[in-house]
Amino acid sequence: MLRDSDRIFTNLYGLHDWRLAGARSRGDWNGTKDILAKGRDWIIDEMKNSGLRGRGGAGFPTGVKWSFMPKTEGPRPHYLVINADEGEPGTCKDREMMRFDPHKLVEGALIASFAIGAHAAYIYIRGEFVREAEHLNYAIDEARAAGLIGPNACGSGWDCEVYVHRGAGAYVCGEESALIESLEGKKGQPRLKPPFPAGVGLYGCPTTVNNVESIAVSPTILRRGASWFAGLGKPNNTGTKVFCISGHVNNPCNVEEEMGVPLKDLIEKHAGGVRGGWDNLLAIIPGGSSVPMLNKAQCDTVTMDFDALKAQRSGLGTAAVIVMDKSTDLVRAIARLSKFYWHESCGQCTPCREGTGWMARIMNRMVTGDAQLSEIDLLEEVSRQIEGHTICALGDAAAWPVQGLIRTFRPELERRIKDRQAKTRAA
Amino acid sequence: MSNMTHEPNSFAFTADYAEKAKAFIAKYPAGRQQSAVMPLLDLAQRQEGWVSRAAMEVIAGMLDMAPIRVEEVATFYTMYNRKPVGKFHVQVCTNLPCMLRGSDDVVAAAKAALGVDFGDMTSDGLFTLSEVECLGACVNAPMMQINDDYYEDLDANSTKAVLEALKRGETPKPGPQNGRQFSCPAGGPTSLTELTFQTEKA
Repeated sequence: MLRDSDRIFTNLYGLHDWRLAGARSRGDWNGTKDILAKGRDWIIDEMKNSGLRGRGGAGFPTGVKWSFMPKTEGPRPHYLVINADEGEPGTCKDREMMRFDPHKLVEGALIASFAIGAHAAYIYIRGEFVREAEHLNYAIDEARAAGLIGPNACGSGWDCEVYVHRGAGAYVCGEESALIESLEGKKGQPRLKPPFPAGVGLYGCPTTVNNVESIAVSPTILRRGASWFAGLGKPNNTGTKVFCISGHVNNPCNVEEEMGVPLKDLIEKHAGGVRGGWDNLLAIIPGGSSVPMLNKAQCDTVTMDFDALKAQRSGLGTAAVIVMDKSTDLVRAIARLSKFYWHESCGQCTPCREGTGWMARIMNRMVTGDAQLSEIDLLEEVSRQIEGHTICALGDAAAWPVQGLIRTFRPELERRIKDRQAKTRAA
Repeated sequence: MSNMTHEPNSFAFTADYAEKAKAFIAKYPAGRQQSAVMPLLDLAQRQEGWVSRAAMEVIAGMLDMAPIRVEEVATFYTMYNRKPVGKFHVQVCTNLPCMLRGSDDVVAAAKAALGVDFGDMTSDGLFTLSEVECLGACVNAPMMQINDDYYEDLDANSTKAVLEALKRGETPKPGPQNGRQFSCPAGGPTSLTELTFQTEKA
């Protein structure tokens, strides 16, 4: 188990002062000027060496992403955009970081901006997080008044402003190019890639988009050293991670743990175990609604990291662990997710716009058994027509839970339909 | 259309809101004022309770946008109300993590306490009840948002208690309704127990 002295988010539960004085007492803004004085190349190398992989879901190495930005600023300014549009069902970690450790994010925004040559950072926070945005704005004002950001930030000679931009309720804006569109004042519809944001991003300028957690951990990594962070977790899956454990556990919670922690340990040590005991477990979605679920046998041994979960045909995603015990109606659970993706499809790509609704309607009939047996294959077929045929990953995310259900629980779907048909005949 | 909302003929930001709008526009680079469309729509909604066509036209003028571009934004994002809502907008999450923890009970309790269905406003104009997608408080499920605040760790009784308190003109305390410390495990912390910080001010 991770030692407290290796934890980064020391105010995760809001027990301490989140303002500047409290943040400083927990080590934030300590020696920021010295870090910046080591230069862009040192910072990017150190981030690469730490092994930090993006915490927003895709797991792309953060230092490598920073290195994609042009080395010198041309006629187009550079931008840092921080993705705080947290909305993946099951995920509620960025919220805690922003309301209880906002200075970690503001300090990280300065360091990352400096490393990528940006003088402005925009934090795109989901609109519903009104109170969290208030804390962030307060922290930004405090930091600016203290000379930590703004002109000559921390006395480094680098000018850097940090702004908060509130969204207004659109899951798809968590996709980086949709987020950029939204930040430009448009509908949040994803862009085709390439070009990638590092070449053509916000306002057509070089842009890096990072998740809140990736940015918020960077000051601590640079203070304590890449080798400290790389020494935690497993090779290629280093460091610590904030896990969100929800659903059928005795004590749902957020907790920072080491990458590669066994899923069972995570749940038993921190979340009070599965309701009714481990053997009452039915299935777990280990990384937010967009990753396929694991059955109990997989949960017995799997560890919580990118590579181990990928090997199980699932994913770490946002590390949002949704636990379902044997009382769960899994068909209804997946039907609920289908409804979500239907609601959140931006309407740009036909397979997703039409297919998510189609799947949701069939799934609703699967819940009651009012479907035909042939519709199981049809459902699979529709999901295959969406998967891989859309601009962004929302289509894939909508398809995978349905495919996972059919793969793992096809007999249950058949049973419901046959039961329903038998009842109809009897009537 | 019979259910068409009465659209006012005109809209103007109050002096206070106009000042805030200017501050938002200043956050974006020169010539990129369109970026302020979302914060300005939010301001208009905070002032009027919803976003009217007249408000969109005023915002379009302020940001040098075609009105249709403003309307696209106002209708794409779910938080902009295109018709008036009650003084308290009660938004209940029914997504999977909330469903697993009993959002069905929260929905039933809210409907019973308010006497309306999803999408409806109470006749006294005090409440509008809505079903929403994941609000990002999943380890504190089930939950609902009322205006700017989250009410978490709900059950049927606490849902009713929050809504009845609002009816009486009280302001129920946001956050977990079962006494726990935010997203800390209900039984007490399993981490962060050994740290002390120097010179801390509460």
